[in-house]
Amino acid sequence: MQTALQFGPILVHLDLLLRGLEKTIQLAALSILFGTAIGVLGAVGRSFGPRFLSWPIACYVELIRNTPLLIQLYFVFFSLPLFGFKLSSTTAAVVALSIHLGAYATEILRAGIEAIPEGQIEAAKSLGLSRYRIIRHVVLVPAARAVYPSLSAQFILQIMGTSIVGAIAAEELTAVANNLVMQTFRSFEVYIIIAVIYFVLVQAASLLFAGIGKLMFRWKV
Amino acid sequence: MSLRDFGPNELMFLLLATRWTILLALIAFAGGGLIGLVVAAIRVAPARPLRWLAAFYTQFFMGTPILIQLFMAYYGSSFLGYRPDPWVAAAVTFSLNGGAFFGEIFRGAIEAIPKGQWEAATALGFRFVRTLRLVIIPQAVRLMLPPTVGFMVQIVKTTSIASLIGLTELARAATQVNTVTFQPVMVFGTVSIIYFALCWPLSLYAGHLERRFATGTMRKAESPLVMSAI
Repeated sequence: MQTALQFGPILVHLDLLLRGLEKTIQLAALSILFGTAIGVLGAVGRSFGPRFLSWPIACYVELIRNTPLLIQLYFVFFSLPLFGFKLSSTTAAVVALSIHLGAYATEILRAGIEAIPEGQIEAAKSLGLSRYRIIRHVVLVPAARAVYPSLSAQFILQIMGTSIVGAIAAEELTAVANNLVMQTFRSFEVYIIIAVIYFVLVQAASLLFAGIGKLMFRWKV
Repeated sequence: MSLRDFGPNELMFLLLATRWTILLALIAFAGGGLIGLVVAAIRVAPARPLRWLAAFYTQFFMGTPILIQLFMAYYGSSFLGYRPDPWVAAAVTFSLNGGAFFGEIFRGAIEAIPKGQWEAATALGFRFVRTLRLVIIPQAVRLMLPPTVGFMVQIVKTTSIASLIGLTELARAATQVNTVTFQPVMVFGTVSIIYFALCWPLSLYAGHLERRFATGTMRKAESPLVMSAI
C-alpha cells in the first residue's frame, strides 16, 4: 500500500490537463451545436413534415436511445472509413456525439411542440402568418422555452458523455488522464484530479446554461 | 485482410458475452436500488448533517462522468492495497452511481406525497421510518415505477463502459470480434441489435407505465434526470 496521495507529480503537467479540458469543451460545444440542430430539424420534421419522414425519424430516435453511446462511437469510427469517409478520431467523435444528442434533443423538443395548444396555432393562422413564421415563432420558440430545463440537463450529460471518446483515441480530458497515468504511475491521484475538473466544469456549465436560458427566454408569458 | 469472417461462431460469442452485460445490469439495478432507497430516505430525514452528506453524494455521482468514477474505483482499489478486479470495480461503481440516480427518482416521488400524510402519521404516533415504510412509500411507488424502469435502460447501456477497464461483456466482445473479422458494420450492427433487444422492451414498458399512472390525482413528481449520455 502506498503511504499517501501525491498530487505534485501530476500538477506539474497542468498544461496537459488544461489542453485536455479545452478539447473536452470543444467536443462538447460542437456536438451540442450540431446535436441541437439535428434535434430542431427532427422535431419539426416529425410534427410538421410529410408523413414519409416521420417514420424514419422515429426509428432514428428509438435506435439511438436504446443503444449505448460507446457502440455508436465504434460504429462511426470503424464503419465510415469503409464507405470512403476518412475521419480523424476527433471528427468521428463529434459525428457520433452529435448523432447521439440529436436523438435526445428531437424527443425533448417534440414533447415541447406537442404541448403547444392547437388554438395558438389556429390563432396564428387566422392572423395570416406564413407557415414558416408559425413554426418558428408560434411553435418552436415557446416549445424550446418550455423544455429548456430538460434540454440543458441533457447538455450537461453530453459534456460528461464526451469522457468516453478516449476509447477511439480521440484526445480529451480523460485521454489525457490515461496518458498521465502511464507517465506518473499515480493512477488514483490522476483520476481524483480529473473528477474534480469535470465536477467544476459541470457546475460552471449548469450556471452558464441557466444564464443563457434567462437571457434567451426573458419575456413573461 | 481479415483473419476470419463474421459467422455463426462470432454471433454465438457475442450472444454469450451478453450474459455478462445482463448480469452486470442486474447487479447495478439491485445495488443501486438499495442504495437509492437509503439515500432517498436520508434526504427527507429530519437529521440535517446526514441530509447534506446524502446531497453531496448525489452531487458527486451525478456531476462527474461515470467512466471517471469507474477508473477511480478500479485504480483506487490498488491504491488501497487490493488487487484491482474489473468485476468488483464495475459492480461497486454502477451500484454507487445508480444509487445517486435512484435516490433522486425516489426522493422526487416521496416529496410529491402531500405533507398531510406525514402529519397524519405523526398524529397517530408513527416515527420517521415507520411513516416512510407504511404510509409514504406505498403511495409513492406508482410515481417511482415509470422512471425506475426508464433508468433500467440507462443501466443496461452504461454497462458498456465496463469494457474500458477490461471486463469482457458485450461491448468488449464486439471490439474483439471486430479486431479479427474487421467487418465493423456487421459486428457493431449486430451488437446494436442485441442492445436494442434488451433496452427497447424496457423503454416501451416505462412509457406504458407513465401513461397508466399519468391519470392519477397526485401532483406529478418532479422528473429527475432519467436520461443519460452514455
